[in-house]
Amino acid sequence: MKMKSTRKKNRIITITNLIILSLFSVIALAPFYFMFVSSFKPGEELLRNGINVNIQPQIMSIKNYVLLFTDESSLYLHWYKNSIIITLLHTVLALFLTSMVGYGLAVYNFKGRNLIFTVVLVVMMIPIEILILPLYKLMVSLKLINTYFGVVLPFVVSPFAVFFFRQYAVGLPKDYLDAGRIDGCSEFGIYFRIMMPLMLPAFGAMVILQAMSSWNSFIWPLIVLRTNEMLTIPIGLASLITPYGNNYDMLMPGAVMSIVPILIIFLLNQKAFISGLTVGGVKG
Amino acid sequence: MLSSVPQTDTITIKYNRKKNIFYSDKVVPYIFVLPFIISFLTFYLYSIISTIMMSFQTISGLNDVEFVGLKNYMNLNNPHFFNALTVSAKYTFFTLLVLIPLPMLLAVVLNSKMTIGRNFFRSTLFIPALTSVIVAGIFFRYSFGEQETTLANAIIKSFGIGPIVWLQSKSTAIFILVVLATWRWLGVNIVYFLSGLQGISSELYESAEIDGANTIDKFFKITIPCLKPVIIYVVTISVYAGFAMFAESFAYWRSTPPGDIGLTLVGYIYQEGFNNNDLGFASAIGITLLAIVFVLNLIQLTLFGFFKKESD
Repeated sequence: MKMKSTRKKNRIITITNLIILSLFSVIALAPFYFMFVSSFKPGEELLRNGINVNIQPQIMSIKNYVLLFTDESSLYLHWYKNSIIITLLHTVLALFLTSMVGYGLAVYNFKGRNLIFTVVLVVMMIPIEILILPLYKLMVSLKLINTYFGVVLPFVVSPFAVFFFRQYAVGLPKDYLDAGRIDGCSEFGIYFRIMMPLMLPAFGAMVILQAMSSWNSFIWPLIVLRTNEMLTIPIGLASLITPYGNNYDMLMPGAVMSIVPILIIFLLNQKAFISGLTVGGVKG
Repeated sequence: MLSSVPQTDTITIKYNRKKNIFYSDKVVPYIFVLPFIISFLTFYLYSIISTIMMSFQTISGLNDVEFVGLKNYMNLNNPHFFNALTVSAKYTFFTLLVLIPLPMLLAVVLNSKMTIGRNFFRSTLFIPALTSVIVAGIFFRYSFGEQETTLANAIIKSFGIGPIVWLQSKSTAIFILVVLATWRWLGVNIVYFLSGLQGISSELYESAEIDGANTIDKFFKITIPCLKPVIIYVVTISVYAGFAMFAESFAYWRSTPPGDIGLTLVGYIYQEGFNNNDLGFASAIGITLLAIVFVLNLIQLTLFGFFKKESD
């Protein structure tokens, strides 16, 4: 009798859980659906009625998408290209530099190591938004305003990424170091030939997080990038949000197309995404 | 945490090592950490010192600088600043109020062995985090439009309310900012709490069950205390992100909202620094913001007994 009632109770819990999770999943995914549907509607419809639940097949067409990519006044392809270049530049540099720092902090015992690690932790707590004014002045004097490097350089060695690689590298087997030394390998040889391959899972997670944050970053590119042709997608889309002008046609398809690359990467690498957020981050 | 790094130089290698700095484990570590040192000195330390100095100056043109003492800080005593402070504080408060308990409960549900499709739901709930604030903001901006037909007004109409002019009033501004934040961050916080839950041994729950604990007892006496490190982490990053919020407000109102609706501290820095070209005053706002974030996190970490644990 008792067994039977537990089983029944469990089934009720399972169904309740399923309902709760389905409800929140619908809320999480609904905006994508509405944006997708709205992207096929003419701009005047968005201006007149906002985003709404009506599907009106008679007025929907792929005209907006054609306009977005082929219209002479549309800079969307420029923005796409800029976003890709900046994301690639940022991600490659960030991985190369921060993995070395994290590794160095984790495996060597040198004077000043604890101080540097403490600085990493403290810097993680500084809102980068307060640095934008002096950094802007600095970029003006370095003549990096309106350049890809100007966007990438200041935040390429992110303390979070350093911390992440350090946490991962602490767990590496140290015997390899001595084995490498005995075989006559330089310290850099040990890193590049032996340790880096062991850190591949960390690279996998970090590549995604760095690429995502670079693709989506807003305030710093907003300040550095000065001409319409140089904007990244988020800044470009933000420039379309004006009370005047007829840019509504491009806003929705532009937003939809900006999600596509990151969504594809996510669907292919969900595990790396999720572990990237939690490895080392929470244990402290 | 600091002491957990193994000592690597305890074994002396007596093999013939070439006399080259690339082979010296005394020099090489500094080359490894050099990128951080350079980046820290030029972009962080220099910038902070520079902001502090600028906050005591009136700057008109790059070389036309005048020391004015505390004048910029005294000028903070104005309605725009207090409005921005209120918006940032309210936004942070409400995001904490929503984005700690809700993701915690959802993580418990997701973690339950009786839940089916756990990986599927974890992914669907995480997907909003992939979008940029601007892209998400575009959706919410046009869903919270003033027309009767918009998504938001259509929903409240079915409850017999509305329509509301969401973007034009201070009282709804915080609400639509928090809605956007909740939608984007729920899945991320769920991931944090899930990773914490997976670290709790099931034996704890089993022995509590033998002692006659019910579900609610188990949640408050085992789950929450074991999740303490995660809660501290999530509160810390939420305070940081809450006070640093800018893009959300920009997506709704751009940088000069009428009547300061939704104007945040960072929005005010941007306005004064880039629209009004008053770098000195903008720096004073920045330093105040830095102080607020540090003090709040210190209070929070002390309340949670974080420092006590470290010194034990």
